[in-house]
Amino acid sequence: MDVEILSRIQFAFTIAFHYIFPPLSIGIGLMLVIFEGMFLKTGNKQYEILTRFWLKIFAIIFGIGVATGIIMEFEFGTNWAVYSRYVGDIFGSALAAEGLFAFGLESTFLGVLLFGWNRVSPVVHFISTLGVFLGSMFSAVWIVVANSWQQTPAGYHIVGDGFNARAEVTDFWQMVFNPSSVDRVIHVWQGAFLAGAFMVLSVHAYYLLKGKHKEISYLAFKPALAIATIFSLTQLFSGHRSADLVAEHQPAKLAAMEGHYQAKSPADLYLFGWVDNKAQKVTGLGIPGGLSFLVHQDFNADIIGLNAYDVKDRPSQVNAVFQFYHIMISIGMVLIFLTLYASFLWWRGKLFEQKWMMRIFAFSVLLPQIANQAGWFAAEMGRQPWIVYGHLRTSEGFSQEVSAQQVLFSLILFGVIYSLLFLLFLYSLNKKIKHGPVDYHPTSKLAQQ
Amino acid sequence: MATILGIDYPTLWFFVVGFLFSGYAILEGLDYGAGMWHLFFQKDESRRIAINAIGPLWDANQVWLVIGGGALFAGFPVLYATMLSAMYVPFMLFLAMLVFRSSAIKFRSAEPMLWWRKTWDIIYFISNLLISFLLGVVLGNLIEGIELKENFVYDGGVFLSFLSPYAILTGITTVALFMMHGAIFLLLKTEGRLYAKLTFLLRRSIVFFILSFSILSVYTIVFIESVADRFREFPLFFVLPILALLSIANIPRLVSKHKYFQALIFSSLTMSFLLMLVAFQLFPVLLLSTISPEYNITIYNAASSEKSLGIMLTIAAIGTPLIFIYFLFLYNTFKGKVIMDDDSY
Repeated sequence: MDVEILSRIQFAFTIAFHYIFPPLSIGIGLMLVIFEGMFLKTGNKQYEILTRFWLKIFAIIFGIGVATGIIMEFEFGTNWAVYSRYVGDIFGSALAAEGLFAFGLESTFLGVLLFGWNRVSPVVHFISTLGVFLGSMFSAVWIVVANSWQQTPAGYHIVGDGFNARAEVTDFWQMVFNPSSVDRVIHVWQGAFLAGAFMVLSVHAYYLLKGKHKEISYLAFKPALAIATIFSLTQLFSGHRSADLVAEHQPAKLAAMEGHYQAKSPADLYLFGWVDNKAQKVTGLGIPGGLSFLVHQDFNADIIGLNAYDVKDRPSQVNAVFQFYHIMISIGMVLIFLTLYASFLWWRGKLFEQKWMMRIFAFSVLLPQIANQAGWFAAEMGRQPWIVYGHLRTSEGFSQEVSAQQVLFSLILFGVIYSLLFLLFLYSLNKKIKHGPVDYHPTSKLAQQ
Repeated sequence: MATILGIDYPTLWFFVVGFLFSGYAILEGLDYGAGMWHLFFQKDESRRIAINAIGPLWDANQVWLVIGGGALFAGFPVLYATMLSAMYVPFMLFLAMLVFRSSAIKFRSAEPMLWWRKTWDIIYFISNLLISFLLGVVLGNLIEGIELKENFVYDGGVFLSFLSPYAILTGITTVALFMMHGAIFLLLKTEGRLYAKLTFLLRRSIVFFILSFSILSVYTIVFIESVADRFREFPLFFVLPILALLSIANIPRLVSKHKYFQALIFSSLTMSFLLMLVAFQLFPVLLLSTISPEYNITIYNAASSEKSLGIMLTIAAIGTPLIFIYFLFLYNTFKGKVIMDDDSY
């Protein structure tokens, strides 16, 4: 295998692994703000126990998110040197702003959050929780802005040519508010809220199934279900907005998402299917003209297809883009039905009696995780062959001086480390869940030793 | 060319990056240094106290690495890209060690089993040691230069070529400096027998540092010819090594009076002065080419556009005071000796 493909595999692997954690940090962060806010408001000790319980889980997730995130920051330079020189002027400023405005906030207040219970007042502790949560939200803003600029570049000009070509910023705010950034930030935030809310739902549904920690689980379930329901619904609209933007700015990506080949013709909307890239055919169940309708509100409107582009200028992994995109959409739909029905049962006062519902919720943590990953894979694979859309190809962006052996070495290194890290994560998560949200005993740890 | 107070933007950004990496060295030097003493403590309780001394702080200290890296990427993308891809293997090891180190802090005390804790203790020690050593090695390579050809592409060995005698010396000196720095910090955070043990260890580490630093200095003067030329060209800057030596000399004096906080200030100042010396030696070069000076990466051919640097300077001017406020709040909250409680690692 050559350097390009190895670097791509390494980047995909390290970013996909990293992306398990930040959305959970944001989502659980929101739940922590709610739980601790309720504790301050009501003085109900149960909320404090909930906060402390979820904070312990949050600490592991946040820690792994940071450790794997630092690797991302330096991996652009190690493996994608040409790309880094090309976009540093723009992409770098977004990363630096992330460090100063977001990461600085979350990481300093994290110490107070985790270790400051006996050192600061409850209100200051709550403010720290809020600081960490907001920091993680801002973090998402700058990172998604940087990525969105790669998808829909704006506020820049290209200086120089050949090896010395660079993108330089001409208008900072136009760069930050490039056509896709606002909608994608919202889409990512909501995906993160869902990841966190479903994790809370999942753990507490498990307790209810086991008949453990019942009172506290009722308490936790309700705000989490409310968050899950609201954002499952709003995610539908945000997703639609995002698809519109893709149609406008990255037609080749949209065409790949639905396996639409003909250069100019009405396009179908598939519920599921399989793309044969050679025969340029999709086998599956779809609504004829559905995509045309979604984009132009007209079943007969023309949609630009993949064949409108040269083979070298369009995504080659059409079936993968199609599948990832449809996995995301299908899960989104499942989440809507699940949360709406659960909310209906809650309103009727029957939610916690339905054992099968609790069983579904116990496993539901996986759904937003898979959808978040699938969504990113669709977005990034659909952007190919470009690393900066329309300007720089992925095949031009990797480090010239790095050899395949070096990348193989680091890929194996990270493969081993991340596998261990993931096992540790599951192990300690399991342990914390088994231990449960129980009352706080100042002497318990001393007694353990 | 746009300037502020007569200084052009790339030079200003050079100062910003230097400031951020000084901050990184001073703050993470505490953490890495404390970590390198880990196996010198025998009792599990002592090891836990040492980890909890940095417990609430290390996540925040790490911010300086993230911001420093971002500042390098944003302001000098050519340096960021070339340095990281040229030193691929050292940086990958560095990153891997960072992951091991954070995992060790998080998971070490999560289980009571002896084998579990001992394994993590060894991982923790080795990762801190390698991180410090590799940082020194990178610094040594910056001073000596690497094989850069045209278009900023590196044309040299993969790993062993970075381990020149000089780079090994800077690596060892960095380890010694961080160990001294970390020991002073731990003294501020501990009591009783651990404190007594640390006073003894600190004296040893001061000797270790002064020895390795002296060898490094002699080596530099003898083998890095351009150093002497620099000082002859700008004699005024001779004040920098004098300041560095004075602040080093001040450390054992303050330690013998048990004024550890002041000693910590002076070990921090030592780091800043030494980094300033490196900066003075290199400026305006960022990465020296040993093939030909025309392939040097300088602050001018590495810099982002003036427009971008202007934006970045604004961002830094707004963001840095915020970071200072956060840090004041954090360090103030956790000042004093370590108190173990239910939330501790």
